[in-house]
Amino acid sequence: MTDKILKRYSYDVIANDFMSAGKSSSAIKSNLKSLGIASDIIRKIAIISYEAELNLVIHSFGGKLHCDIFENKIVIISEDTGPGIADVDLAMKEGFSTAGDSVRELGFGAGMGLPNIKKYSDQLKINTSSEGTTIVVTIYL
Amino acid sequence: MNCIEFAEKLHLTPLCEKDGEIEIEGVYIGDLLSIVMSKAKKNYAWITIQTHINIVAVAELLELACIIVVENMEVDDDTLLKAKELKIPVFKTSESAYQMACRIYELGIK
Repeated sequence: MTDKILKRYSYDVIANDFMSAGKSSSAIKSNLKSLGIASDIIRKIAIISYEAELNLVIHSFGGKLHCDIFENKIVIISEDTGPGIADVDLAMKEGFSTAGDSVRELGFGAGMGLPNIKKYSDQLKINTSSEGTTIVVTIYL
Repeated sequence: MNCIEFAEKLHLTPLCEKDGEIEIEGVYIGDLLSIVMSKAKKNYAWITIQTHINIVAVAELLELACIIVVENMEVDDDTLLKAKELKIPVFKTSESAYQMACRIYELGIK
């Protein structure tokens, strides 16, 4: 029963599109609000989806962000078409970033993306290769 | 203290002022967006030198009370348009983040 997706919201995220960055996370947040999800859960998901979305914008060739609603959990899935994370252990370290200077000047690339996702999630799975990366984040309700 | 009183007492220049009746419950200072995402909370005033459009996304996601851009940094037009659309108050000051923090402390927001 608990593994049945009740609802899925999906958004395309375009690489290097800083103008729209945050839009998908905002849409996810509004949807969760209208479903009456508790505000502490929404805060966690807003942080997770924002970081996942920004990772797609900054580091990927583009991809999709999904928000799956289950009876007892919410799952945020980020999937892209590459280039993959070279060293996942390093990427999980606070402060480690491969973002360029121009991105950092805007306040991105602090090296807190994946660490923040881990901090606010109940479960985090990362699958990565040069073909693409899939990140599955679970938050229990 | 609500956003309007807060801005008046600190002599902030309003760049985009809406929903000014939000009560300010705290303050966060930061320029790295991921750290702000993790630390700032609902109804906080956010002090930053960042001015590009994504600060509005951060403020909207966290439901911040307002953004205060310090050091007289020029705020992008796109940022203000987005802030108007999402009803996020944005203020500007020539003071530094530290000076702002001291004055806010004196107002009793600790």
